[in-house]
Amino acid sequence: MNTSQYTPVLLRSRPDRDYKKLDTHLAYGGMRAVRRALRMKPEEVVETVKKASLRGRGGAGFPTGMKWSFVPKRHDKPVYVTVNADEGEPGTFKDRYFLENDPFPVLEGTIITSYAVGCHTAYIYIRGEFFKGIRVMEDAIKQLYKRGYLGKNILGSGFSLDIYVQPGAGAYVCGEETGLLESIEGKPGRPRNKPPFPAVVGLFGGPTIINNVETMADVRLIFDLGAEKFLSMGLPKDGGPKIYGISGHVVKPGLYEAPMGTNLKSLIYDYAGGIRNGKQLKAVIPGGLSTPVLKPDEIDISMDFDSVRAAGSMMGSGGIIVMDEDTCLPEVLKRVTAFYHHESCGQCTPCREGTSWMDRIMDKIIAGKGEKGDIDQMLRVAKQIMGKTICALGDAAAMPVIGFLTKYREEFEAYIENGGCSH
Amino acid sequence: MTIAFSEEAEAKIKEYEKRYPTKRGALIPVLKLAQKEFGYISQDVMRLVAERLGLPESAVINTATFYTMLYKEPVGKFHIQVCTNVSCYLNGSDMIVDAVREKLGINMGETTPDGMFSLEGVQCLAACGNAPAMQVNEDYYESLTPEKVVKIIDELKQKGGDQ
Repeated sequence: MNTSQYTPVLLRSRPDRDYKKLDTHLAYGGMRAVRRALRMKPEEVVETVKKASLRGRGGAGFPTGMKWSFVPKRHDKPVYVTVNADEGEPGTFKDRYFLENDPFPVLEGTIITSYAVGCHTAYIYIRGEFFKGIRVMEDAIKQLYKRGYLGKNILGSGFSLDIYVQPGAGAYVCGEETGLLESIEGKPGRPRNKPPFPAVVGLFGGPTIINNVETMADVRLIFDLGAEKFLSMGLPKDGGPKIYGISGHVVKPGLYEAPMGTNLKSLIYDYAGGIRNGKQLKAVIPGGLSTPVLKPDEIDISMDFDSVRAAGSMMGSGGIIVMDEDTCLPEVLKRVTAFYHHESCGQCTPCREGTSWMDRIMDKIIAGKGEKGDIDQMLRVAKQIMGKTICALGDAAAMPVIGFLTKYREEFEAYIENGGCSH
Repeated sequence: MTIAFSEEAEAKIKEYEKRYPTKRGALIPVLKLAQKEFGYISQDVMRLVAERLGLPESAVINTATFYTMLYKEPVGKFHIQVCTNVSCYLNGSDMIVDAVREKLGINMGETTPDGMFSLEGVQCLAACGNAPAMQVNEDYYESLTPEKVVKIIDELKQKGGDQ
């Protein structure tokens, strides 16, 4: 397959162009999308995004235009827009690209979104570890103010908007949208019970729209290229291009932009050059650490939200982790359970206790002290977490455990039997 | 001990306060600023922040203790955080951790006696395409090898000694 036929429109960065400078951005069609959107009525902007079939790129794949239309027509508190740049799902590294190299498409999307939902204060919530991303984004915002693209009466449209960078402080759970809102309010990032959903009662009690970084860049694209063109770059119910991040045992790990619905096998073998050192494939995590693992005979699928779900996993963030035949899967699962144990916020008992138990059982297995009943015990604990917590972190912790232990049970049994992997 | 914010910090706090409709909104940015000023978030710092923002001390403690990047104990002048999550693990992060441990003679969660270096494991840094990766203070180091790590630490030592 020829992967070069497609010209990236999101991953446009190149060494000779500094897209962190507004002048560079303007020289290549920058701010055209904002100008177009501001000439439309807010309702038309929402309709255009619906027409483009854009689905949120944070992981859940919820239709963006529909989310926006949940903001009540009448409300007595200000509407807020927050951009979720708390990229922390292991295996995901696409948003950092925009924050550090190409901030303006994200900010254009934020301006358009704010205009569509009647928001005058937006926050970009950037993961605390992204010091560079925070600096680049703050500088980009400054440049936009200076040239009249932010502040009062933007480009004479009568629309006013302030955008602030909100730094995170180290907590994966703040990537959950209501955990994120709590964090902006200065509180621990413990997710809220829903309903009410943020679009009705969100930040500081006002209706709030939360969108991922890549989603914002896509919104800009819709108004830059037109909804029809955007839609045609993907699937009828899942429009536009998608950024896939491929890591692990591949020849060329990295970010690849491709049409939504590109074949997973092709992404691994054609785009990322296949498995390193001529090895065979053993396992693929298709969309970030929390998505159930796929076996080599399960990857001939379209990478879009609906198809991966139909295959029993999720496309999630599009962060693909590839493991070769030599990988010791119990060691991998230990990293998984350690992560969710560390990141559980502690407010729901099934998640707080369950992630701790799963991690302790894995510790025992890795220490060579595993027992016969451990696998079933872990599966029981995981199933007790599923669906019983306020936010999706509980399910996110349970799903990979169920996936690995069910699909590769023999390897875990052998590990317990032998006290280690055979190679 | 009486501590106070510098003039520059005070100016920044005023700017932060304008961004939110509530007093508590400014809390995390102010805690981060305080950490830059005082090195870590001690009890005294929490008290100072509570007073300055007009918040109950319990609210400040509640927030400060939730987030891993708000240090409640001093860390080394160079705080080394090695990613140990799956994509980095698959690319040899165990060897990176070992290289740091060997070079500095400290384990995870420890600081060198001279206070120059501390080592910690960290969750995914979103550098999976260039794994293995680590962060030292505000800087990322990617596509690491044990040899590169030794070189980086030597360079940091030089830098630390010069200051």
